[in-house]
Amino acid sequence: MVTPQRVCFDESLVLKSGAVLPGFELAFETYGTLNAARSNAVLICHALSGGHHVAGVYADNPKNVGWWDNLVGPGKPLDTNKFFVVGVNNLGGCFGSTGPLSINPQTGKRYGADFPMVTVEDWVAAHARLADHLGIDTWAAVMGGSLGGMQAVEWSLRFPDRIRHAVVIASAPKLSAQNIAFNEVARQAIISDPDFHGGHYAAHGVVPARGLRLARMIGHITYLSDSQMGEKFGRQLRHGEHQFSYDVDFEIESYLRYQGDKFARFFDANTYLITTKALDYFDPAFSYNDDLAAALARAKADFFVASFSTDWRFSPARSREIVFALLHNRRRVVYAEIDCDAGHDSFLLDDAHYHAVLRAYLENISI
Amino acid sequence: MNFTAKERERFDFAVIAHWIPHGERVLDLGCGDGKLLRYLRETKGIAGYGVEIDPASVLGCIRNNVDVIQIDIEGGLSGFEDGSFNHVIISQALQAMHATERILSEMLRVAEEAVVSFPNFAYCANRAAIAAGHMPVSEDLPYEWYETPNVRFFTIVDFEALCTKLGITIRERLAFDDAGQIVTDDPNLNGSLAFYRLGRAS
Repeated sequence: MVTPQRVCFDESLVLKSGAVLPGFELAFETYGTLNAARSNAVLICHALSGGHHVAGVYADNPKNVGWWDNLVGPGKPLDTNKFFVVGVNNLGGCFGSTGPLSINPQTGKRYGADFPMVTVEDWVAAHARLADHLGIDTWAAVMGGSLGGMQAVEWSLRFPDRIRHAVVIASAPKLSAQNIAFNEVARQAIISDPDFHGGHYAAHGVVPARGLRLARMIGHITYLSDSQMGEKFGRQLRHGEHQFSYDVDFEIESYLRYQGDKFARFFDANTYLITTKALDYFDPAFSYNDDLAAALARAKADFFVASFSTDWRFSPARSREIVFALLHNRRRVVYAEIDCDAGHDSFLLDDAHYHAVLRAYLENISI
Repeated sequence: MNFTAKERERFDFAVIAHWIPHGERVLDLGCGDGKLLRYLRETKGIAGYGVEIDPASVLGCIRNNVDVIQIDIEGGLSGFEDGSFNHVIISQALQAMHATERILSEMLRVAEEAVVSFPNFAYCANRAAIAAGHMPVSEDLPYEWYETPNVRFFTIVDFEALCTKLGITIRERLAFDDAGQIVTDDPNLNGSLAFYRLGRAS
């Protein structure tokens, strides 16, 4: 059982874009107990659609299980009997932290499209305020999968003395052109929805559900592997025969529609746009002539990097870029390339070997 | 005299550790569960990385708190920079890899010196087994032919010829019989396990 918390920061935050947030709120949850030395805190960073509800369930909604509940809890690989774990909803999010759905104090209306673009660097700056608020000088570890892994990398660069271990799973040092291309298609799906209204759909009392639904459908294709999709759905027909219509013929169509509809009901379109741009912009080597090793020279943390064999969104080769850049800098690093059929989404699953290596690494962390 | 498995392992480790100066940067290829690197860390204060492809061994490394990188080195050591290690070790793993020449050459690209150990197929007991009509199974070649991970079967003489071909200098060689006694007389006949310190020809 867990209860979400909120904290309000009154001091303004200058964002990477130059825009200024006059203050902000973060929604977060904690699991386990911060020890007297304050040395056992682990920050979990979420990916595109996640939030601060990492583990456990809410008293009033026992069906709402945290997104990484298979990993985080008493006796689980990230053992909350040992660690004090913090989940946080990123700035610009739609699950309680200040974002496009929040009221803009300057207008008294929802920010909507006026919410400034935030970046991975801005999220980490906001996380650091949460760490200060919780009395955590140094994280034992900052960890995340996918976009969450990028935040762990950024933590090691922005605050090298405040993070002892970076756990970077199914991630990449920056997006490829193909990754950005998929994001752009998703964004155009949202922006071209007639209900988008330039991002001020809330003022019109609508949501661009069709666009969001399409964006999620596209995303889902990239989260799964071809082999797993083939195994799970193949060419199975919904009605046992071809319908010669544009309704659902194949089960995979039904699956994507279901996932899209579900997502469009709870996720905010502006948050989706902002988050995909944050992904696109993340590139620590950008100001180092594309030299990732030079960019990572500041890091002092030990690293755990893991990738999944069938992940084509952030393939193992992308993780190896991080690993070899760390080797160049003589940082301690463990790299596991996990044989798992489930594509990018593998990082959310409780694959036995994946959890065993993660458990073993986390057990080695001194507190 | 026969070693227990643990004594044998310690014996191998001690031979290698003898050649590794304190505080070095060491890369161990085909590092298994990382026990050698752990031993070198504990006895020589080295900073080491292991390279391993087998998932269970990778897990073993992490449990031994050894930094391991799970990649397949059959494709070479690209990613590892020139001269980035003092020593690179391949301990009783070369015989289980296909890309023998490439791996040996690459080892001396990424490190100043290489340490290689392997079972000598021409050891007298192995010759006797062949003469009696069987593939050898011994202390240092402990597998039946149908389950062995080894893919390259070679001798001390063969290995040294390959080193010559690749322009690799043999700086030191030690050979031991299956009781762990050092062998000086005809090592290709009397040595069961061979250890080398290798460098680039100057």
